[in-house]
Order: sequence, then structure tokens, then C-alpha cells
Amino acid sequence: MSQKTATKKAVSRKDMTKLQWTWKEMKRNWVAYAMIAPYCIVFILFTIAPVLVSIIVSFTDFNLLEMPNFVFLDNYIRLFLDDDIFLIAIKNTFIFACIVGPASYLMSLLVAWFINELGPKIRAIVTLIFYAPSISGEVYLIWGTLFSGDSYGWVNATLLNLGLINEEIQFFEDADYVMPLCIVVSLWTSLGTSFLSFIAGLQGIDRSLYEAGAVDGIRNRWQELWYVTLPTMKPQLMFGAIMAITKSFGFGGVVNALCGNPSVNYCAWTITHHLDDYGHSRFEVGYSSAIAVVLFAIMVGANSLVKKMLSKVGQ
Amino acid sequence: MSRLRTRKHKVVLNRSAGGDLGITFMLTILGAFMFLPMLYVWMQAFKPLDELWMFPPRFYVMKPTFNNFKDLFVLMNTSWVPFSRYIFNTVFVSVMGTAGNLFFGSLAAYALAKIMFPGRKWIFKTIRTSLMFHKTVTAVTNFILMSFLGMIDTYWALIIPAWGSTLGLYLMKQFMETNVTNAVLESARLDGASELKTFWVIAMPMVKPAWLTLIIYCFQDLWNAGSSIYIHSEQLKSFNYAIGQITAGGIKRAGASAAAQVIMMMVPITVFVISQSNIIETMGSSGMKD
Repeated sequence: MSQKTATKKAVSRKDMTKLQWTWKEMKRNWVAYAMIAPYCIVFILFTIAPVLVSIIVSFTDFNLLEMPNFVFLDNYIRLFLDDDIFLIAIKNTFIFACIVGPASYLMSLLVAWFINELGPKIRAIVTLIFYAPSISGEVYLIWGTLFSGDSYGWVNATLLNLGLINEEIQFFEDADYVMPLCIVVSLWTSLGTSFLSFIAGLQGIDRSLYEAGAVDGIRNRWQELWYVTLPTMKPQLMFGAIMAITKSFGFGGVVNALCGNPSVNYCAWTITHHLDDYGHSRFEVGYSSAIAVVLFAIMVGANSLVKKMLSKVGQ
Repeated sequence: MSRLRTRKHKVVLNRSAGGDLGITFMLTILGAFMFLPMLYVWMQAFKPLDELWMFPPRFYVMKPTFNNFKDLFVLMNTSWVPFSRYIFNTVFVSVMGTAGNLFFGSLAAYALAKIMFPGRKWIFKTIRTSLMFHKTVTAVTNFILMSFLGMIDTYWALIIPAWGSTLGLYLMKQFMETNVTNAVLESARLDGASELKTFWVIAMPMVKPAWLTLIIYCFQDLWNAGSSIYIHSEQLKSFNYAIGQITAGGIKRAGASAAAQVIMMMVPITVFVISQSNIIETMGSSGMKD
């Protein structure tokens, strides 16, 4: 019986065009569509549609009150030629992303690699120590206490005590210190999902690969890392990269909480701040959509760049 | 030539003592960077008032006290909206959002991983790409959409978007692909079980680590959500927001604020400690092929 249907199917596959075949398969698997439907409706409504709508709205002057007019590239021209603060935002976002992204990625990878050979109990404890800041919500406010501008701030007091400075440094009001501090704090909270993924990836590597590598003349752990470990866990590296990129473009909250909004002279003003400002405070939806599209394009670009770089691992 | 060395009865390859030392050193430095600020939160929470405002400030607490926690509860009781309401809001939103994400997410993950229907690759690719979308990119348009749907200033504005969050579904689908064998599903189908039954009775019990991971990710997100642009009414705001209001009170409340931070961080950390091994197991199949 089953063989009969199988042959029948094979024959009929040939007789049909691709479209007909697809339609038949779709009807046969209607349950699958029903199963993904609830998720997909919510997903499309709140994730895909907003991106598409943003792209369309970015070509208009929509402001929530009047009917939108089509203005073509005006918003983008204004962004790049007339908006000085946006240029500051782009610069800061790149500094942020180019330091925090790779640094957190490397730190996740190195720490995961360091603890890979420890015993399970110690490994669990070290994992917790490194992972805890990223899941503890607003606990990063403690950096505000540590670096507080008066002499009750622990860092200022220590520096005063050692005689390295003569008066307190206003860490969060001095443009020289704001960016580096925000970068450090962001880095502190950044060992998240990618870190766990790397730990799991390293744990999953077959030990016999290392033994084979040693026979093949791998001399030290660095060569082992480059020629055996990293190529084997490439899928995890890719996943971790996406998580790290997404995170490294969205650290506006840390800056707001530590330095106020806006930060002194816009010295830590990022694209997400600019987006919030125009979208939620000034209701220039068209203009803020253009900002969102630029941010989106940067993220997608960063992602394909990283993909290319990762394909070179182990060569 | 490669050298083989034994460490704790295991053959360890190519390990120099210098490298071990260097790694331990690096790990200690990085560990101190991560751990000391966390420790300082605890120290602050247990410092009495005179130690909090001592000059020069000390890192360690000398006479630990629970006064800060008592102050915090006193402050909670004086708030305009009863504090239990904030707690209810956060718990309600977290539980409803997580439950929906778990059910709809794993239903979709099962179909995407285990049923060969046209378009599945394409749909999954879209979902995978959307892992990159940061919330801020979609926030403004989402706001307009939600006001259109009449969801602004209701719990639904927080709950329903959580149902469609991507990370949980992604991890669940990857985990199902490697851990649910097709043969088992095939035999269930031959026995006449419907797809829905196969999913619920056969597949779901096999992916418990992925459940837990999805629950934790979704729950943490919702739990840590502070003030939201979608919520205006004071009675609907989150616990996190209310704590923020207390701690914004400045110098006088430094102790209570540290105590609040300890309470807030203990929930996600405890949850992680309990579920760590399951999360790591799920992450084992998190990789992106191609």
C-alpha cells in the first residue's frame, strides 16, 4: 500500500509544474501553517511591519497630526547635511559599537575558552560571576556610586588619598570621561547570550579532534584554538556575533541612567538617543523613521561584514 | 613535537605551565572587574547610614545592618499607588507574556523544525534575521500601531509583543532539530496521532531544557523592563519603575536604593543559578549554520 502511494506520488510529481506541486504540498501540510500562524501574526505585526512601515514613512513628513506628504529624500538630506547633532550621534555610535562590540565578543570568547578546562563546579561559579551583570537589570547604577563626583565616591576618594589628584573629578559631567566610562560600563553588562553560547559550543567539541590535532603537529594551545576549536564552533561564533552587534548598538539606556539625557555637550549622544528624541519627544515620525532606517542599515551592514570575517577563521 | 601532560588523570594536550599561569592571571583580572562592582552593591546595601557617608569611603562594610531594607519597606508603604500593585503588574505581565511566548513559540518552532512544508526555510530565515532588530528601531512605529489597535496604556501593550519575541523561538527550533528524532515522530504519526498531539505528547517532553531557556529569557526581559513608553497610568507601571522612583530620591535614600538593587537583581540571578545547566545545554545547538 505504502509503496503504491509512493510510486503514485513520484509519477505525479513529474506531471505537475513546480507551482502545482507547491500548492499540493501546502494543502497537505495545512496543519503546519495553522501551527505557525499565531506566532507569525504577532511577529509580523510587531517586528516585520514596523520595519517596513518605517522605511515607507521615512520618505514622508508624517508628524502624527497632519496628513503625511511625500518628500522623497528630504529627511535623509536633512540628516546628513543639516543635522550636526546627528553627525555627533553617528560618530559616537560607531565609537561605541566598534569598541564595545568586538571587545565584548572577544572577552566572551576568551573567558569561555579560559574556563573550558576547569571542573564543572568551578566553571558554573565563574560563569555566574561573568554573566550576572548582564541579567541584573539596572544594577549598573552602582558605577554611578563608585565614580560619584564628590569625595564620597569611592574612586575619587581613593585617587585623592593616593595624592594622584587634588580635587574631585566630575566623571559624569566631564566630556573627557563620559564616553570611556560609558564604554566600560556597557562592556561590564555585555557578557550575555553570546557568552553562554560560546561556553556551550566549547563544551560540545569532541575531544578526539584535539588528539588528532596534536598528532597532526599542533604545538600549543593558540594553534589549537585557531585550527581546531574556532573552526569547529563557527555556528556559535556566528550566532554570538549577531547577538553582540545588536547589543552594541543599543546602549543608550546606560548613558541616560549614568550621565543624564542629554549628556554634557552631547558627548555620549548616540543614534538611539536621536531616534527617541525625534520620535517620542518631538513627534517628527517621518524624520525619526529615517534615523531608524539608517541605524537598521548600519546594523545589517555590520552583520554581513562580520559574516565575511568569520568565514576566514581557521585559514 | 607535541608534549602530552596529565592533569587530574586526564590527558591534556599541548599545555605549557606559562600559558596556564597567564590564563589564570587574565581570568583573575577580568573576574575582579566583573565581580567587585556586584560585591559593592551588596556592601552598600548592608552599610549603616554613617558608613555610607563616611570619609574616606570604605569598600567593605564594618557593621552590617538590615536597616536599609527596613527603610525600603517603609518607603514602599508610603507610595501613592500601593506597592503590591506594582508587584502584581510585573508578575502578571511577566507570566502572561512568557506563557504566550512559550506556547505559540514552541508550536511554531515545532512546525518549522519538523514539518516539511513549502516556505519554512524562508520564514525561518526572516525570523533569524530579525534577531538583529533592536527594539529602538521599531519603537516609534510600534507606538503608532498600538495606538491604532487601542493597546496603549493597557497590559496588552507589554504582553502581546512578548509572544512574538524571536530569541526563544530561535533557540527552541534549533534545539528541536538536533534533539527530537524524526523516527519517533514518524512512528507516532503512523499510530494515527495528529500533528498537534505529536507536538504536545512526543516532542515537547523531549525538549525541556529549551522550554526552560525560553521561559527564562522571556521572563528576564519582562521582569527587567522599567518604564515603558506604552504605559502612562501610574497603576499599570512596573515594579522596576517604582523602585527607580524610590531610588531617585537622592542622598537620603542611598541605603534604601542599594537594598532595592539587591532585591531586584536576586530574582534573575537565582533563576539563572537554578537553570544554568539547562540553558547551557540549549545553547549547545544555538549555532547558525550556513
